[in-house]
Amino acid sequence: MSFTTDSAGLASSLRSEAAHAEPSMAGVGDYLALLKPRVMSLVVFTALVGMVVAPVHAHPVLGFFALLCIAIGAGASGALNMWYEAEIDAKMKRTAGRPIPSGRVQPGEALAFGLTLAVGSVAFLGLMVNWLAAGFLAFTIFFYAVVYTMWLKPSTPQNIVIGGAAGAFPPMIGWAAMTGGFGLESFLLFLVIFVWTPPHFWALSLYSVEEYRRAGIPMMPVVAGAAETRRQILLYSVLLAPVGALPWLFGYAGLIYGLTAIAGGVLMIAFAVKLYQAPAEQTAKQLFAFSILYLFVLFSVLLIEQSIGAAGWGLPFGRVFA
Amino acid sequence: MSVAMSDQQNEPGIVLTAEQKRRRRARSIAIAVSLGVLVLLVYFVTIVKLGPGVLNRPL
Repeated sequence: MSFTTDSAGLASSLRSEAAHAEPSMAGVGDYLALLKPRVMSLVVFTALVGMVVAPVHAHPVLGFFALLCIAIGAGASGALNMWYEAEIDAKMKRTAGRPIPSGRVQPGEALAFGLTLAVGSVAFLGLMVNWLAAGFLAFTIFFYAVVYTMWLKPSTPQNIVIGGAAGAFPPMIGWAAMTGGFGLESFLLFLVIFVWTPPHFWALSLYSVEEYRRAGIPMMPVVAGAAETRRQILLYSVLLAPVGALPWLFGYAGLIYGLTAIAGGVLMIAFAVKLYQAPAEQTAKQLFAFSILYLFVLFSVLLIEQSIGAAGWGLPFGRVFA
Repeated sequence: MSVAMSDQQNEPGIVLTAEQKRRRRARSIAIAVSLGVLVLLVYFVTIVKLGPGVLNRPL
């Protein structure tokens, strides 16, 4: 009798759940959006540069496979980030249309998608390339999804300073995939992206400050104010200019890179000074746009120098540090 | 209990709209293509890793 009652209750419960469960309206594009394709493209590009500048190279098929694993690992981080931040995303105009807040993808689907890709990308990179690169990829996913998204972002205005490391690791992963180790050159590439991240993101947060405040995220302009953020942007830009030139100063990159890094660094400081002296949303947007161009051009020049064999035109004393 | 069972059988369940069916089909095709690409990639990477040794084994 009790069995009958229990099974009837269970059936009723299941019917009730089925009635509330909406069939998924997620399209393929929604799942691609969960991977944050724009962030992923930057990760792929910087990881590719890390692979190309490495002193040893794997077979192109292996290289492509390694790059694919790194890209999918980055996408997994994006999906896990969107799963965790769905409620915050819903409060911000810039992110309200993302697949979870708009209701097209259920949070559980995004979590399962992110975890599957994370485990898959790490496992395949380890099995097919090497376990050092795989371990580094796993650490990067953990750093972005847990350390940055769950811990730093909602708790400190230094969130993107420390969390920026996650975005800066890909060249080191690419290098590790090719060489099976770490090198000073790949660390310098990490350093360039790491120091570049704060002025880049703070410029964006300056003109999205109200949204961050509404969402309760302690970004620098929300906590310390716009004036202090502009001062910090200037300080980091002044630091970025010499850091950007380090690969050349250490003899890893050629003269074209050195001149580009110096010119880019000076322009970056000029935009930061302009923003510091005359605060305007338009100036912050200009700095944000220029920062993307700066990083893209620097890493492109590294690629070009490797292709035309001009990477050896670095400062002759540089390699003594290696 | 038999009444409950017959109720259950008569219920239509979840009926998908044409749009939902179309999206489910697109998702299914995407998964199939992804799995196919993964199989091919693993095959080629295995061949590359084994190199000439792939044909050099005692029979």
